[in-house]
Amino acid sequence: MIGEWTPLIAGLEFSILPQQLANGILLGSIYALIALGYTMVYGVLRLINFAHGEVFMLGAYTALLVSWKLGFTQENVAQHPDINGSILTLVLLLFCSMAVCGIVGVVIELLAYRPMRNQPRIAALITAIGVSLFLQYSGQLFLPNSPPPSINQKVNPIQGATNIPLRKASAETLNNVSTTTAAYEAAKAAFDAQLPNEESRFQLSPTGQALKETMDEANRARTDAEATANSERVEIILPNGQIVMFFSAIALMVGLHFLVNHTKIGRGMRAASHDFDTASLMGINVNRIVTFTFFIGSALAGAGAMMNATFLGTPLTTFYGVVPGVKAFVAAVLGGIGNIRGALLGGLLMGLAEALVAWAGYANMRDAIAFLILIFVLLFKPGGLLGSAAVEKV
Amino acid sequence: MALVQEQEIAGDGCVSETILELKEATIKFGGLTAVNKVSFVLNRGDLFGLIGPNGAGKTTCFNLITGVYRPTSGDIEFKGKVINGFAPNKIATLGICRTFQNIRLFGALSARENVMVGANLRSKTVMPSSFWLLPPVIRETDEMRAKAEHLLEVVGLKEDMSTRSADLSYGEQRRLEIARAMATDPELILLDEPAAGMNPLEKETLQKVVRRIRDEFSMTVLLIEHDMRFVMGLCERIVVLDHGEEIAQGPPESIRSNPKVIEAYLGEAATH
Repeated sequence: MIGEWTPLIAGLEFSILPQQLANGILLGSIYALIALGYTMVYGVLRLINFAHGEVFMLGAYTALLVSWKLGFTQENVAQHPDINGSILTLVLLLFCSMAVCGIVGVVIELLAYRPMRNQPRIAALITAIGVSLFLQYSGQLFLPNSPPPSINQKVNPIQGATNIPLRKASAETLNNVSTTTAAYEAAKAAFDAQLPNEESRFQLSPTGQALKETMDEANRARTDAEATANSERVEIILPNGQIVMFFSAIALMVGLHFLVNHTKIGRGMRAASHDFDTASLMGINVNRIVTFTFFIGSALAGAGAMMNATFLGTPLTTFYGVVPGVKAFVAAVLGGIGNIRGALLGGLLMGLAEALVAWAGYANMRDAIAFLILIFVLLFKPGGLLGSAAVEKV
Repeated sequence: MALVQEQEIAGDGCVSETILELKEATIKFGGLTAVNKVSFVLNRGDLFGLIGPNGAGKTTCFNLITGVYRPTSGDIEFKGKVINGFAPNKIATLGICRTFQNIRLFGALSARENVMVGANLRSKTVMPSSFWLLPPVIRETDEMRAKAEHLLEVVGLKEDMSTRSADLSYGEQRRLEIARAMATDPELILLDEPAAGMNPLEKETLQKVVRRIRDEFSMTVLLIEHDMRFVMGLCERIVVLDHGEEIAQGPPESIRSNPKVIEAYLGEAATH
């Protein structure tokens, strides 16, 4: 059996697997942040807020526009090379994105979803799709869109990368590298010493020719040894900005967990999510809970958007939120929609799946894998990994 | 009239005050009149029973009072104020809370958390401040927790306070619903078939709990119940509904011998 699989495995570069997995987890943390918005809204209203991806897009634009206000336009940065962002700049961008997204989420709920509250669920769903398209296209009227701008990397003061060695090359290989390098150095020195006696580099005397061949031979041996060393060495290189992004995402999720499980409003949210009508009969103002849910969910998307746009520097269009939105939606379904821990798990798994697909050499399939996963989840575990399959009450 | 006077004397000496009044409350669903011109008055401190055969409109009455439905005509007055069409949470804030015939707990939350959801209503900290771990918020949370634990003790669920409410037994869930309703500090508590599915021993304990709610927590109690022995042994006054209409009202003894009531329950033949 193994034999049959060998050709498939043979093309895979195992030494870069840890790096890919790490990339996947970093990416997954952003998906998880967005997925939380889907899952929280679904938990309370049983509504898939398809406009969530567009809230994410608006968050990224907020970060961009605020960074421009702070002077990080391309022209200004070109004129003043010494302009640099600080941690304070990042915090300001984060705060603005979260606030704007939170408010946008609340307004969307108020204007679009609340009138549909007592209509059949499909009406709200179609409304959500409508809001999503409306934001994508109307955004083109007033948001800088062409050519796609991106947040200037000077905003980000957290430069550099962290190198995490996982496995060093074996002593034998390293020894081999140093021997062959020394041999090459010696051969090169000998050849260089011979050079003045030669007419030119290209017309060598037999002595010079022999020395050159020795040198080339030594060079080949050295290159081979270094290649072996590279394939034996396993390390992960992570940009520091993305590490900060990851930990900020985790911190936000821990904060959310605390909010939902240990505060008054969180208790209200859980009660409303379990039984909307009873919660209201117990004196919970469910409208306030819904507003709050939209605010928090959208603010988390805003945080994800700001970090994604700032640390990855991707160009922005009004369709910026479509792909992450869909992937986060799949992540929420994968983890069990309505389940907050499920969103976290689903997000990380989505990130990993994407990284693995890229690693296997099918980078073009990165976006398709989301739908593949969605299909399999819906077929085999419709409730998601941590969710329980809901039985419709009849 | 004699009845009212009796109540005035039975109370704590002061003139009894009307807490809830239904004035010809009516609700129609399309062609069906579920509750038709029902009127009754609850005085503060009453232990009031609402009985009737299945489909008589008892739960619909509860839904009218708690704001789930808006009456088609007629008025519902709570403490002298018309509350028709108020949102359910507004009515809960005014001081009416209820339990449900088909248990509606927040299943994923623990017993204590269910009660704390009820206690949320009287919390004084405003929403934004509940984010932070400020001393007043912590103090209030501790108070709410203590209140929840006390109420669970009253209904006899102290040992189960950390259990997920969905994992409790049926009778326990019914009692938990009562504790949750009590946590909103209502002046009027509506119990919808609190004894349904309980064994005789549990019913006896429940009677004690209901009396305690009235005497110790000074809440007015309005309850729906099918078990006649339970209602007759507990309530001081009873209203009987049949097909959405009120057919009798009075103390248990008069209800028990009322031919209309017997007819409603046993069919016309029984009266001949």
